[in-house]
Amino acid sequence: MTAFLIILIAALLVISIWQISKIVSLGKAPEPDTEMAEVANDQDNKRNGQGMLIFVIAMYIMMIACFIAYQDFFLPDAGSAHGAEYDNLLLLTTVIIMIVQVLTQGLLHYFSYKYHGKKGQRALFYADNDRLEFIWTAIPVVVLAGLILWGLFSWNDIMDASTDEDPLLVEVYAYQFGWRIRYSGADNILGDANVRFIDGESGNLLGIDPTDSDGMDDKVTNLAIHLPVDRPVLFKFRSQDVLHSAYMPHFRAQMNVVPGMVTQFKFTPTVTSEDYRSTEFMTEKVRKINEIRRQRSEELVANGDVGLDPYEFEYYLLCNKICGASHYNMQIPIIVESQEDYQEWLDSQKTFEETLASTEN
Amino acid sequence: MGQAIAVADHGHDEHHHHHKETFVTKYIFSQDHKMIAKQYLITGLIMGAIGILMSILMRMQLANPGEPSVVFSALLGKWAPEGVMDPSIYLALVTIHGTIMVFFVLTAGLSGTFSNFLIPLQIGARDMASGFLNMVSYWLFFVSSVIMLSSLFVEMGPAAAGWTIYPPLSALPEAMPNSGMGMTLWLVSMAIFIASSLLGSLNYVVTVINLRTKGMSMTRLPLTIWAFFVTAIIGIVSFPVLLSAALMLIMDRSFGTSFFLSDIYLKGEVLANQGGSPVLFEHLFWFLGHPEVYIVLLPALGITSEIIATNSRKPIFGYRAMVASILAIAFLSTIVWGHHMFVSGMNPFLGSVFTFTTLLIAIPSAVKAFNYITTLWKGNLQMNPAMLFSIGLVSTFITGGLTGIILGDSTLDINVHDTYFVVAHFHLVMGISALYGLFAGVYHWFPKMFNRMMNKNLGYVHFWLTAIGAYGVFFPMHFVGMAGLPRRYYENTNFPYFDDLLDTNKLITYFAIATAFAQLFFVYNFVKSIFYGKKAPANPWKSNTLEWTTGDKHIHGNWDGPIPHVYRWAYDYSKLNDNDEYVIPGQDYAPQHIPLQDGEEELNH
Repeated sequence: MTAFLIILIAALLVISIWQISKIVSLGKAPEPDTEMAEVANDQDNKRNGQGMLIFVIAMYIMMIACFIAYQDFFLPDAGSAHGAEYDNLLLLTTVIIMIVQVLTQGLLHYFSYKYHGKKGQRALFYADNDRLEFIWTAIPVVVLAGLILWGLFSWNDIMDASTDEDPLLVEVYAYQFGWRIRYSGADNILGDANVRFIDGESGNLLGIDPTDSDGMDDKVTNLAIHLPVDRPVLFKFRSQDVLHSAYMPHFRAQMNVVPGMVTQFKFTPTVTSEDYRSTEFMTEKVRKINEIRRQRSEELVANGDVGLDPYEFEYYLLCNKICGASHYNMQIPIIVESQEDYQEWLDSQKTFEETLASTEN
Repeated sequence: MGQAIAVADHGHDEHHHHHKETFVTKYIFSQDHKMIAKQYLITGLIMGAIGILMSILMRMQLANPGEPSVVFSALLGKWAPEGVMDPSIYLALVTIHGTIMVFFVLTAGLSGTFSNFLIPLQIGARDMASGFLNMVSYWLFFVSSVIMLSSLFVEMGPAAAGWTIYPPLSALPEAMPNSGMGMTLWLVSMAIFIASSLLGSLNYVVTVINLRTKGMSMTRLPLTIWAFFVTAIIGIVSFPVLLSAALMLIMDRSFGTSFFLSDIYLKGEVLANQGGSPVLFEHLFWFLGHPEVYIVLLPALGITSEIIATNSRKPIFGYRAMVASILAIAFLSTIVWGHHMFVSGMNPFLGSVFTFTTLLIAIPSAVKAFNYITTLWKGNLQMNPAMLFSIGLVSTFITGGLTGIILGDSTLDINVHDTYFVVAHFHLVMGISALYGLFAGVYHWFPKMFNRMMNKNLGYVHFWLTAIGAYGVFFPMHFVGMAGLPRRYYENTNFPYFDDLLDTNKLITYFAIATAFAQLFFVYNFVKSIFYGKKAPANPWKSNTLEWTTGDKHIHGNWDGPIPHVYRWAYDYSKLNDNDEYVIPGQDYAPQHIPLQDGEEELNH
């Protein structure tokens, strides 16, 4: 596909150079040196009108080529319950805007070609038409009203952070430059917390209030976010320093992390990491990526550098709000697993009480 | 009443014509709006060159992440140890590129140039309402440009918190060294810039309201003037809010207040600040930030309206609808800022409201696009470089605007927010479109500015290379964004998932470099034509508006004799009388200062 694109670009460049050379050679042609010499004449109108036609055709080809060549850039089916709804709305919107794009660009450039100026050609004095104006006000109104309505219903569903379905409470805590994750423990209540309680010596890195009994069974990790499949998770986000954003593209989820306040986002992961990894799309994508990595690794090794490890897909959460020099590498993997595996992992983690006790000794 | 003032002003001006002008009063501290416009243009173009160069450095880093380059070591010095770009200077480039392009090039360079140049000329006034304030406005802009550029040379580096300078990152040097002196200079520069912009805008508004020549009713104003007028109003409404945000940020940084800071732990210490909210800053910033998009775009659309009508030899289609669209866009632009903040943590209900208002703004935008297309229909299109750039603007405005429907929908924004999809969207719809507007304006009014013509063939080469390059850069970029690649990443090699995007990033970089080089055709053409261009005829594009009636003498006061009166709107192109003849026999246009001919009707537009 890349090869195809490169060929396409080469072709476009050749066309443009050809057109330019024509224009330049025309410029050299003996022209009456009148004061209107730098104003477009019939030749210029014709050439550039043709240019417009070629341009829009090339643009169509480019759009098609991009959609074909980059089809595996699109994120695979979502791993969350609301994701399918999101993807449908995105697909519908994309189809609508591409239809409008093709039609309007076509008309714009075709008219530019068709009505290019000629001596003696008369333009039509056509100043307004209320019916036309009405039509192209009404059509966007109707289409947009539909999109807005659908969008708003989805938005209300997605942003509904109610605790009716007994969601798992997970705190995502951001700092320059990393993430820590706090689980609410057996009581499913996150203990109170504030940066003023942060105490590195006792291992209280998230500022959990040591006097709040709700927090004693909380568990903290910085290695990965473990989530049980098919259970709603209500994320609570906190930041200790600057703005960050918790972006989980495969779950169609994102929320800014704001110092001084708690933000939230709820979704239900529906596909385990294992299943997601073995989808046809992901196996193919990872195979391609590993091919690229293998080639680059060979180059690196040849230069005496350390090679690259092969890649295995894991969901991730990455920072998506500029937060400082290492913003580009502020990530944490997300592991979606069965309830049993999740429980087993959770049980192996130390509670906040245990952490405090172990540092006191 | 406006007329009375105008007349008094003219009398006053006549005396000045014969004063000897020194080099300083003519070229430096000039109060002539035409000279001030040129000062704005040239300052804006220089800033633009710097901004584009910065984007090329960023693109080079993205194409070859972490690899050394002689270009980096030559231009970035200590910020590129052994030729490898430092991550913090990358963020500084992102920040200063954005700031320069949005404010210094597309606000001051575009609106400053053409509002100054065209408002008095097209409404039939001797100068701006206050030539002195106009001069002060330019020099404040100049000072702010110098301060912004000087911040590139401070010890800890220029501001690097993004052009949106969200606190706490921008407030705390502990969070990022660039938020020390670099950010201080950024804030000082922007405060001065805002003062400059306000002086300019107030002047534009007063001039348009009070100094129109006899017969120039509001409904006969060219669309350029409508666009500049409304742009100035949006600026007056929204820039002060940015100033207040900047002032509060200065207080937070230097005087221990807590407008935007709360519960912060940095470098092992808890800060005393309590009770503020970064979200408040986001609201204040985007209350300017979103109208700013239209401050950038509306002048470009106004310029295009004029150029498309003139070169199509047709009236602009739907004049009243165009004016209504400008007004609707201006109004709506002040109530959509929240769409930058769907996932900021603000109440989701607000997200619903902002989705609604945001998608509403698509309607006047669509009307404008359709009206442009209809104006071309059955025209007699004169493909001058300005016309090509205007058609190009409509094209990028549509392509970039359509993806706004995805971003403006709060639901869909969740997953594309702050990705390269956003970068592609706004570069096409406001960056490239507004630049095309700027180029179109320069090609079209260069003969008026410098009495010489630009070379059309170089203009054609410039346009076609730019048009291909702009789509080559920004169309594939949408797909990179769809892959979920965040913007403002120094490199994405830390995510193997993005490894397959590298080829596309290289491709985009090649297009970007080629497009940047294509601008040299423009620079050469511009500079050469100022001195050696062919002498311009009085009205090279056979245009109807008043600026072409001044003759070729550049005098302070514009018209040597009395100011022409206006008898018709600006768009009587190819108008026929009852005998199926042009209303003025032998010419397909009827300039605004020509009275209605026998039997001619002024159509009610």
